[in-house]
Amino acid sequence: MNIVLRLAWRNLWRHSKRTWLTIGAMVFSNTLLVFMISIQFGMYGLMIDNTLQVFSGHMQIQAPGYKDDQKMRQVVPHVVQLASNLRKELQTDTIAARGWAFALASSEERSYGIGVFGVEPVFEPRVSNIPGLIKEGRYLRDPDATEIVIGAVLARNLRVATGDELTLLGSGRDGSFSAAVVHVVGVFESGVVDIDRNFGEMPLETFQDVFYMDGAGHQVVVSAATLDEAELLQPKVVAALPGGTDLVVHDWDALQPGLRQAIQADMSSAFFMYGILVILVAFSVLNTQLMSVLERTHEFGIVMSLGLKAGRLGRLIMLETALMGIIGMIIGSITGAIFTSWFTVNGLSIPGMEEMAANFNLPARIYPEVTPWTAVAGPLVVFLFTLLASAYPALRLHRLHPVEAMRAN
Amino acid sequence: MAAVRCVDLCKTYRQGDQDIKALDHVSIEIAEGGFVCLSAPSGGGKTTLLNAIGGLDIPDSGEVWIAGRRIDQMSKGELADLRLSSIGFVFQAYNLIPVLTAQENIEFVMQIQGVPAAERRTKSLAILEEVGLAGLEGRRPAEMSGGQQQRVAVARAIVSRPALVLADEPTANLDSRTSDELMTLFTELNEHHNTTFVIATHDQRVMGYAKRLIRMLDGRIVDDIDQHAA
Repeated sequence: MNIVLRLAWRNLWRHSKRTWLTIGAMVFSNTLLVFMISIQFGMYGLMIDNTLQVFSGHMQIQAPGYKDDQKMRQVVPHVVQLASNLRKELQTDTIAARGWAFALASSEERSYGIGVFGVEPVFEPRVSNIPGLIKEGRYLRDPDATEIVIGAVLARNLRVATGDELTLLGSGRDGSFSAAVVHVVGVFESGVVDIDRNFGEMPLETFQDVFYMDGAGHQVVVSAATLDEAELLQPKVVAALPGGTDLVVHDWDALQPGLRQAIQADMSSAFFMYGILVILVAFSVLNTQLMSVLERTHEFGIVMSLGLKAGRLGRLIMLETALMGIIGMIIGSITGAIFTSWFTVNGLSIPGMEEMAANFNLPARIYPEVTPWTAVAGPLVVFLFTLLASAYPALRLHRLHPVEAMRAN
Repeated sequence: MAAVRCVDLCKTYRQGDQDIKALDHVSIEIAEGGFVCLSAPSGGGKTTLLNAIGGLDIPDSGEVWIAGRRIDQMSKGELADLRLSSIGFVFQAYNLIPVLTAQENIEFVMQIQGVPAAERRTKSLAILEEVGLAGLEGRRPAEMSGGQQQRVAVARAIVSRPALVLADEPTANLDSRTSDELMTLFTELNEHHNTTFVIATHDQRVMGYAKRLIRMLDGRIVDDIDQHAA
């Protein structure tokens, strides 16, 4: 082993308790970081999945421009057939066709403007969790029945319950007047007020009849088991689209731009907290290395008198810190990964969360996501900051004068 | 060419309210292969002069020349290079690196000089044998006597065969027998390798080994005796 490396290593253990305390601080913070980052990314996965499961799916096939300006005439032709073909070709049944229209929904007492989705009753439960959130009555059953399920807030506002009738008034695809009387067969409660207040779902065939869609719809929703699978699936969906059409495929990021922004905002606040933790550790290292430099001033005077330059001495200090940091990083990463891995199997439940999750048809436990990145990223940042912290004591050596240093005791 | 030439050196320290003249217009010239003792009572200026010659301390005025190169105007880095390549230091308190073994202490300087590992090992073992410490290469300073530590310090100072060795009270912590052995070693190195020695001491026995004795008092040279001629 190189003598300078040997010197750095042995210098570390001159005060083994102090070194272990500093390494302990690194290990603690690294373990915490691995756990927190893994939880955080697990949460993001859950957030994305849950948000996409509610309605939008992982991707949607739409007419060009429909996403930004939802006009009735911007349609996906033969939408049911297209969805059926895709299910066959991609060998998955998590694909469903939809139509969407704005309508005035009137009960005997009140009227509200709502969004009406035409859905395939058989396939909609595979791309959305709304069908599983029925609190009263049942979900849609017949593809051509004149029935509707509505949100709980809307039901309250319209003062209707299952079995009651609603009159829908709107504009058809061709701009003509559309009207229908539908029976409320179910009331869903998603927990998201906007959805519960503003939406209803009816069978797609009925929807097409009411709004003169001529077999068309507005979107084909595609869901995947995970985000990673969705990424792999998207090019296949694009490739499976019929030739000669100008249909577009939007991924979840385009469909739910607020979701990424929410994640980024959460990441910013989380990284601010991590930053504080890392800085505290860096100060601990700074303190250790400053003490170490101060108590070795005499020795540094000697080696400088022998011809060692301050820059090289500084590198020795940084090497000592790096060795300490590497130990802290390795132990911290391993401890953090092992600790967090237990939760990846058993999940983490926050008191009160299970009941809330059950209400919203969501998983009750958070499962952290331990990946090489989550296990290493935090500890690596701690390592870099500890190196940075040792720069100050290392730079102080440039002010050292050999004669004065040798006088120090 | 003189190994060491000092011209009109002055150095003043501030101690409390007083200015202490550590060097007061000192001029000396030491030839290559010289064996010189600087003798002075405590505070007489011998360590300050030694530090100025070694580039460890910069005089307030005057010139210091080592092997034809003026060093009092050199940068810190140039002085470090000069010390590394041309000057060996032996200190009163041995000043070994406590976490390194005897051999590693010697190799440390050579590693800074960029000497390859195999050569470092050969040279360090050879020099340890030369100073009478064969077999103790694996011991750390705390496991050696004062005399042994000082021998390691000497070995470290001379392993690269510097042209000039500066020693500050090298026998102050040694018994008389060990002191004699050390001075004999210095004399042999001086005679066999033509190494120039400048030794600051107030030990009469050490002075007896010197070819030339320079006495200082209050920062001034008061006596300069060629002991061979005497």
